[in-house]
Amino acid sequence: MAAAIDVRDLRKRYGDLHAVDGVSFSVEQGEMFGILGPNGAGKTTTLEITEGLRPADSGSVSLLGLPPWPRNPVLLPRIGVQLQATALLERLTAREQLQVFAGLYGVEEARVSEVLEIVGLTDKAETRAEKLSGGQAQRLSIACAVAHRPEVLFLDEPTAGLDPQARRNLWDLVREIRGNGTTVVLTTHYLEEAEALCDRVAIMDHGKILAMDTPAALVRGLDVPVKISLPPDALSVAEAETLPGVSAARVAAGALVLEADNPAAALTSLAENGKLDGIQVSGATLEDVFLSLTGREYRA
Amino acid sequence: MNGGRIRQMLRAQTRAFLRDKTALFFTFLFPLMFLIVFGGLLGNADSRSKTSVLVVGHGAVVDGLPKAALDIEHVSDPAKALKRVRDGSVPALIEQNGDVVVVRYSATRQVESATVQGIVQAVAGQQNQIASGEAPRYSVEPEQVEDTSLKAIEFLTPGLLAWAISVGAVFGAALTLVTWRDKGILRRLRLSPLTIGEIGAARVTLSLGIAAVQVLMFIGVAVGLFGLHLNGSWWMAIPVAIAGTLAFIAIGLLVGAFSKTVEAASAVSNLIVLPMAFLSGSFFPLDNAPGWVKTVADLFPLKHIVNGLTDVMVRGKGWTAALPEIGILLAFAAVLLAVATRHRVFRWDEA
Repeated sequence: MAAAIDVRDLRKRYGDLHAVDGVSFSVEQGEMFGILGPNGAGKTTTLEITEGLRPADSGSVSLLGLPPWPRNPVLLPRIGVQLQATALLERLTAREQLQVFAGLYGVEEARVSEVLEIVGLTDKAETRAEKLSGGQAQRLSIACAVAHRPEVLFLDEPTAGLDPQARRNLWDLVREIRGNGTTVVLTTHYLEEAEALCDRVAIMDHGKILAMDTPAALVRGLDVPVKISLPPDALSVAEAETLPGVSAARVAAGALVLEADNPAAALTSLAENGKLDGIQVSGATLEDVFLSLTGREYRA
Repeated sequence: MNGGRIRQMLRAQTRAFLRDKTALFFTFLFPLMFLIVFGGLLGNADSRSKTSVLVVGHGAVVDGLPKAALDIEHVSDPAKALKRVRDGSVPALIEQNGDVVVVRYSATRQVESATVQGIVQAVAGQQNQIASGEAPRYSVEPEQVEDTSLKAIEFLTPGLLAWAISVGAVFGAALTLVTWRDKGILRRLRLSPLTIGEIGAARVTLSLGIAAVQVLMFIGVAVGLFGLHLNGSWWMAIPVAIAGTLAFIAIGLLVGAFSKTVEAASAVSNLIVLPMAFLSGSFFPLDNAPGWVKTVADLFPLKHIVNGLTDVMVRGKGWTAALPEIGILLAFAAVLLAVATRHRVFRWDEA
């Protein structure tokens, strides 16, 4: 099956700033692909070039087999976009907003109620866009992007600025949309969002892709020790360091933290000593991946 | 161009406009308030001022004074009348006593008293000639240049209507463009099948509709409330309004192209329209303005809307009188539109 998106050696400069500095990736049809990175990493510029909002200085983009720049009217009905700014028309209700976008694509009127239902805004249908909460406005913005059933959906930081509950609701919505075979490309600066949603993640920093794989493979490839936390009085640091499979131990943030290069052996010996009460085991996260790739803490 | 997409945008923008109370106020109510207040203040009075005179006695000369030029008050007490001339409240007192006519005037009102003296001399000369019983050899054909000057409501209606049309079109285009660009709506629309021509067609249609409503509201109030007598070719006000709207949409697009924020766009629009309105005779007639003001005003499209509307609505000129003004307005619109939609001027986003 042909790739839905194929991006080759994309470059874009703004003055001295290499916003996008040699980015290549491809996205399969039906895949959910995430571009993860801190603010200013070049995610949005990469996405906007891929969508056809701006031209690249060099490199090539193939979107559904076609170049998106210059503006390609054949391509436009086949893609859906939700931009970083919730670009909603003023003084129109949620339903009217959707009617406009459905109408622009020549989509049947019945689809409007259907999409409102999908994004969970049926009871807000008659509310003006500016009166919606941040999460509701984002959902409406996504509704406008999917009303015409696009083959590829672009989401630019769909959950930025939302509270955790609204963010989780939005994840469910994105998973549901993706469920019908839509290819989804999203940017995010939330590590847990990339881990929770994406089939594959590209980690971007300073205009370059540092690593690209499934979240699990990225973490696995790290060779970072598993962290085991115990209540601080369970063992002394000295005792803990002598346990089989434990490479280091320290007291941090009111807990005794063991780093285990052989977690199976370490857990077995803890069990034998009856020290499993209040135990927490955590593997590496994308945060650790970022740290190991850039040598600095991840700050969104 | 896709009619369905234009209809969608037109419906959306019309809804948004009708729900924008500020825009509605400044587009319709505010100019109408000006018309009602100015119309009421200046009244239906003739703007040609008559000179007031006091008259004592009767005779061929004082009875033959032209009532069109003089506001004549007959009084019986010469002493009281003289006092009124002395204190300057009336420019002249005319007494006819048998064959002698005395004009008593005040030096404090030189121009008016000179006018009165001239009129009295003329009437006396005319009566002398009649009394001589000979046929007059010379005749004078009076042609009052004042006939072309307009009553207050006659210049206020087209003037304020032209101003209302320009305000509606400039603000509509400039604020929509800046708001849409600022909020990312233009970027979003750019990634939909909508073309810039379709966005423009929807905006122009809405602005023309607004202008048509303004024309009808103004004519309704001026005729209904102030008894304005419309000239036969008043319907030509509609094409003049259309051409004027197009010119000011183009100005609005240009303002929107160079303004980063809604506040800036609003301020710049005011800065353009308000001085233009004063110099183009929207609020008061330019008959007495210095020549250079009229020359400068000719460069402004607003002057040509005012002229075109005045010609066809109240000046009694035929419908063809507005054609040159319409031509100028359309040329103006075409040039500015060409600039405003140029690649480097029109921007989809802030970046």
